[in-house]
Amino acid sequence: MKAFAQLIKALDSTNKTTLKVEALTDYFRNAEDKDKVWTIAILSHRRPPRPVNTTLMREWASELVKIPLWLFEESYHIVGDLAETIALVIPRSDASTDKSLHQFLQEILELKKKPEAVKKEYLFENWLNLNYYERFVFTKLITGSFRIGVSQKLMTRALSKATDIDEDILAYKLMGNWEPSKITYNKLILEENEEDFLSKPYPFYLAYAIEGEPEDLGDVAQWSAEHKWDGIRSQVIIRNNELFVWSRGEELVTDKYPEFEAFVNTIPNGTVIDGEILPFPNGEIGTFNDLQTRIGRKNISKKLLEKTPVILKAYDILEWNGEDIREMAFGKRREILERLYHEVKAEELPLHLSETIQFKNWQEAALERENSRDVKSEG
Amino acid sequence: METPLLAFNDKGIYCAAANVYLDPWKPVDKAIISHGHADHSRYGHKKYITHHSNVPIIKHRLGDISVTGKEWNETFTINGVKFSLHPAGHIIGSSQIRVEYKGEIWVFTGDYKTEDDGVAVPYEPVKCHTFITECTFGLPAFKWTPQEQVFNDINNWWAQNKADGRTSVLFGYSLGKAQRLLKHLDPSIGQIYTHGAIENMTEVLRAQMDFHDTIRVTRDTKKEELKGNIVLAPGSAHGSTWIRKMVPYVTGSASGWMTFRGARRRRAIDKGFVLSDHCDWQGLLSSIKETGCEKVICTHGYTDIFSKFLREQGYDARTEETQYENEAGQLESVNEKDSE
Repeated sequence: MKAFAQLIKALDSTNKTTLKVEALTDYFRNAEDKDKVWTIAILSHRRPPRPVNTTLMREWASELVKIPLWLFEESYHIVGDLAETIALVIPRSDASTDKSLHQFLQEILELKKKPEAVKKEYLFENWLNLNYYERFVFTKLITGSFRIGVSQKLMTRALSKATDIDEDILAYKLMGNWEPSKITYNKLILEENEEDFLSKPYPFYLAYAIEGEPEDLGDVAQWSAEHKWDGIRSQVIIRNNELFVWSRGEELVTDKYPEFEAFVNTIPNGTVIDGEILPFPNGEIGTFNDLQTRIGRKNISKKLLEKTPVILKAYDILEWNGEDIREMAFGKRREILERLYHEVKAEELPLHLSETIQFKNWQEAALERENSRDVKSEG
Repeated sequence: METPLLAFNDKGIYCAAANVYLDPWKPVDKAIISHGHADHSRYGHKKYITHHSNVPIIKHRLGDISVTGKEWNETFTINGVKFSLHPAGHIIGSSQIRVEYKGEIWVFTGDYKTEDDGVAVPYEPVKCHTFITECTFGLPAFKWTPQEQVFNDINNWWAQNKADGRTSVLFGYSLGKAQRLLKHLDPSIGQIYTHGAIENMTEVLRAQMDFHDTIRVTRDTKKEELKGNIVLAPGSAHGSTWIRKMVPYVTGSASGWMTFRGARRRRAIDKGFVLSDHCDWQGLLSSIKETGCEKVICTHGYTDIFSKFLREQGYDARTEETQYENEAGQLESVNEKDSE
């Protein structure tokens, strides 16, 4: 717990991402394996079930400090975070614990079933005998949501630095359901697993605005033009009868788009399509706002799937027959993509092609761009 | 109803019997001033009365004013009302103002803190019937660490930044906090540089007290010479073009507000040090108790919450509107403008 509290303090002492990653990397290099598993769990929002409800915690804290409950509530209202409020109002202590993070979490897991009086005694004892940061962290573990300005991605980056394992592979390893109290660090992180490589995407090549005039690009015939679609840039991977959907933030979002499961038995294994996830309500491209109703949701309901289905607007194909074809000319790749598109009966799948357009001159391209709104694209 | 000895009107805290104001926020004929921060000592009064150690401060800030300096505990009588100034421990020259008339005693704290900071003359409790107190940090969440520990943290932070090849930029008020920081920084770590606003104010105060040597950051200051050293700057310098010279730098802020993790994040400060020139929760409560007062009037800060708590403790407590500010930012920008 000492090391974990120190880590939180270090993360609180800088606004610079590089220094945050450094602190995390340091922690992952030195902490006990069991603590590392819990740290990963906590920073990827896998918290233990809350053993004490927050109303009781507020009552108990004000009782312990001997202030009226209304005054505690006012303070909480101003501080804005329950664990922080509790850590602040309880008398200062310079004590520190030698108990490890995983021991604390084991106790917290077991606490849920204990009678109320035992819970209260357990909280009082720890509140009074931990220093400020330990007390804050302890209470945070009990109240749950551990938002401390470190994203899962940042954590994964640090873990990658500490282990020399690729970030994408780690992101995959950390997906899905695993229980921090049962899995070992070795099993979760270190063991090489062929499956880990199955999901690996290619680096994203994002669209960016050109500097200067389109005319400076030279002959229009040497270029292939497409509309820019306003959705989520993604790579859809079909390998070994499994589907993996990556967003441009290099996050695995497979679970959020169950529509794409239909690709598994229709698109051959060893295929990676680069495209844009777009909302498609009522059989036409919707707005980014429509898509937002899908992004934030943890559970995708049937109703939502009917109201706001999504499609993949395909730009490119990066892997074909299990081979990386990024070195191949773009025209050739498009041929493969279009052939695939026609062979799979795309009309029955949530798969659309982003059409390429040939222009005689740049003015014509500019005119087409002005039509963007009509075709529901952003440029 | 009988006129109270001190009343709050649209110009300030008014003593009708003496026809004099305490820390007025609008121009008046005669003003008794608690301390030199801009929200307590404003422009435009005909006559100022304040502690003599505050005289050079307000002259520096307000220019050519008519001001009389008084000693601690020196009683001066205006129209039969007895006034005296007593140390408030907030910043150099900060006083509580004691007012006595026909056996009734009121004390106005201005801003104050109970901890001896090694710069300001330490706070002394004054017996009174009615105590007018600030409560900037009047919540049980505010609890100061002894400053010795905080300065250890600050000096360690500086030394670590130096070891990492970075410049430390530490923010604090130009008047008060900056000199307190300066007094306790460890010059064996490196050079102490100052922003112009802080340098000017410190120059004024050097006549009263020894401070470590400082170097003013000017247009000619080279980036390389700053590296590993510390720069004291007012909060308003954060995010300015001025600070770019310090790259690569790490920012720190020393303030009571740094108690809140969110306050540090919202201000985009790297490191927060909880160091205040006001009372914490316990400091407020113990001060009130020591005055032996029955009535408490809360001016600025968490007035409603704090006075409600006092009423539950059996005090006759209420709040009054003033134009004294709580936010370091507002105060800071005012201070800085006139000291540059």
